[in-house]
Amino acid sequence: MNKTVIFLLDGEVIEGSPGKTILEAAEDAGKYIPRLCAYKGLAPHGSCRVCTVLVNGRPQASCIQPIADGIVVESESAEVRELRRGVIEMLFVEGNHFCMCCEKSGNCELQALAYRFGITAPRYPYLFPKREVDATHPYILLDRNRCIQCGRCVRASRDVDGKNVFQFGGRGAGKRIAVNAAGGLGKTDAAVIDQAIEVCPVGAILRKRVGFRVPVGKRKFDHQPIGSDIEGKAGPTAV
Amino acid sequence: MNANQGSKRIVIEPVTRVEGHGKVTIQLDEQHRVTQARLHIVEFRGFERFIQGRPFWEVPVLVQRLCGICPVSHHLAAAKAVDRLVGADELTPTATKLRLLMHHGQFLQSHALHFFHLCSPDLLFGFDSDVAQRNVIGVAGRYPELAKQGVLLRKFGQEIIQATAGKKIHGTGAIPGGVNKNLSPAERDLFLGQMDQILGWSRSALGLAREYTLDNLERLAPFGSFDSNHLSIVRSDGAYGIYDGLLRARDAAGKLIFDQVDNQEYDRYIAEEVRSWSYMKFPFIRSIGPELGWYRVGPLARVNNCDFFDTPEAERERQGFMELTQGKPNNLTMAYHWARMIEMLHSAEKIQELLHDSDLQGEDLVVEGERREEAVGIIEAPRGTLFHHYRINENDQITMANLIVSTTSNNEAMNQAVRKVAEDTLDGVPEVTEGMLNGIEVAIRAYDPCLSCATHALGQMPLRVELVDMDGNVVDSLQKG
Ligand code: SF4
Ligand code: SF4
Ligand code: NI
Repeated sequence: MNKTVIFLLDGEVIEGSPGKTILEAAEDAGKYIPRLCAYKGLAPHGSCRVCTVLVNGRPQASCIQPIADGIVVESESAEVRELRRGVIEMLFVEGNHFCMCCEKSGNCELQALAYRFGITAPRYPYLFPKREVDATHPYILLDRNRCIQCGRCVRASRDVDGKNVFQFGGRGAGKRIAVNAAGGLGKTDAAVIDQAIEVCPVGAILRKRVGFRVPVGKRKFDHQPIGSDIEGKAGPTAV
Repeated sequence: MNANQGSKRIVIEPVTRVEGHGKVTIQLDEQHRVTQARLHIVEFRGFERFIQGRPFWEVPVLVQRLCGICPVSHHLAAAKAVDRLVGADELTPTATKLRLLMHHGQFLQSHALHFFHLCSPDLLFGFDSDVAQRNVIGVAGRYPELAKQGVLLRKFGQEIIQATAGKKIHGTGAIPGGVNKNLSPAERDLFLGQMDQILGWSRSALGLAREYTLDNLERLAPFGSFDSNHLSIVRSDGAYGIYDGLLRARDAAGKLIFDQVDNQEYDRYIAEEVRSWSYMKFPFIRSIGPELGWYRVGPLARVNNCDFFDTPEAERERQGFMELTQGKPNNLTMAYHWARMIEMLHSAEKIQELLHDSDLQGEDLVVEGERREEAVGIIEAPRGTLFHHYRINENDQITMANLIVSTTSNNEAMNQAVRKVAEDTLDGVPEVTEGMLNGIEVAIRAYDPCLSCATHALGQMPLRVELVDMDGNVVDSLQKG
């Protein structure tokens, strides 16, 4: 039997299995660390930085950082919360997010994080970037206005669906989610049942004509803040 | 404000106690005679562009960004158009009745807001009474019970909206081909428990509007009044209808201009004219032409147009209303208030009737049929007929949107009202008072314009009055609101 790794998370002793990331080990112990690019079953990516923690005082992405004996991890301190908050706000202003008329509203992880962090309006100016909608696929809509470039679809398509439908194109501020056919999503072999379609945390990849079928009050985050499933699962915080 | 020598222009900007932003300009010559009086609404058609490329199923929610005052009306008009895009030509009884309930909830709250908050100060205190008192705070001080009823009627309407649409604004209840929820027995019972009070308050508000009109008839009859055509939808049986019906237009004497017109054909009957001095278009009836083909919409037009109300109390009241004009259309601007309160009582009656219908608890919410690429949705919004017209491409994206909002339809009518009041009260008067200018606004307010809708922008503004001379110099100004 492997020995366990013991580390401190917000002053609490946590035991984790070797090889796990901080995010995973925390989750096993019933501690939720906010995240957007990380998704169970997909390779870690470390790009969104929402899962930032302080490891021995230094900021690290907890979704790619393995646990180690004796490390001191800070996740719920005011300083870390403020860092995450800034990242979430930047994600909002970088895209075109109008939650009140977005069908992902109530089921959206970015929006749910904003609620969890009590963000009512971002402190940064909106950039209103020009982004294209790709509606060429008969059953799938790609609305880049709401893409946060988490890369979940890229990894899911490549590693789970074995298709490589999604890739990133462009650089820096011009970086966009792209599809591997000049004629748009409709010319790729994307299928509506692909995992790549399922994993998008926001309203960027959608099944067409679903729209607002789920009423307000029945949506994923209508009654429970994001992360409460993890916090309710194990550990002393479960009440 | 001084009586200026020479010709001058009076600007009322923005008009207060209406929803949105607009201004009035009145041009006076050297003898203080009114040479021109106009209402300007700055129409911003950004929305039709903004919506391009969006998927059609998003539209009923998206269009609510058009106007924070009338989101439910846009929601339902768009939903009706989108129903046709998915080939849902007949919705399930549950879906139809839930939407109707939502719509009547909206009528109740909108009419209550308009009557109690926006207009009662003029009616209770007088058009030219002390401006310090002539506002909703003044009403709350002098008539606390009335003010309370206004607030609670509104709240009830908003709660109906919330229960059917999910939220008070930016609701999602109506979806392509139906609705996304029904009404739970618990919600129903909560509303039913309040029904007696709601009906009672609606009756007394109607009583107030009726008595006010009849008691002051001599003064109100000419006030901002003129003959016009009247347009609305009516149900196929001729009954008053606000959610579904066919287009009907009558002339000032009551003669039918057209009737039973399919909503999809509206643009064969209605066209819009552009005038150089106004950003807002002027819709008119094609067969009559732009000069005389303009028409009125809203409560007055609807009550004039329908053959009957399908609820007993509103029908009795309609008959009383029509008696005043021997069954001919009523063309008095100030009769809008009375008509509006008949409608409010009807909505209360309809809500009660619907709440007793077990279809509201049905589970069959959505239907679909053969897809189309073009569709029109027409409803009667609280302020009048509302047209939504869309086209989509093969990828389900909006390629064309054309909206005619109620306030745009009433554009010429409101201009007529402004001109009439200006000529009757300002003409040759050496000194223009605040009370006189408020009279102009009273006439505009009777139409309950939603300038927010009409401008397709968001937000509201207070009022500013300016006297401007012929060279455009501001000689005097007055700030209100
Ligand atoms: S994707 Fe999420 S954050 Fe963006 S508009 Fe939609 S609900 Fe809001
Ligand atoms: S489309 Fe969705 S899953 Fe893909 S990168 Fe953008 S936000 Fe992430
Ligand atoms: Ni409006």
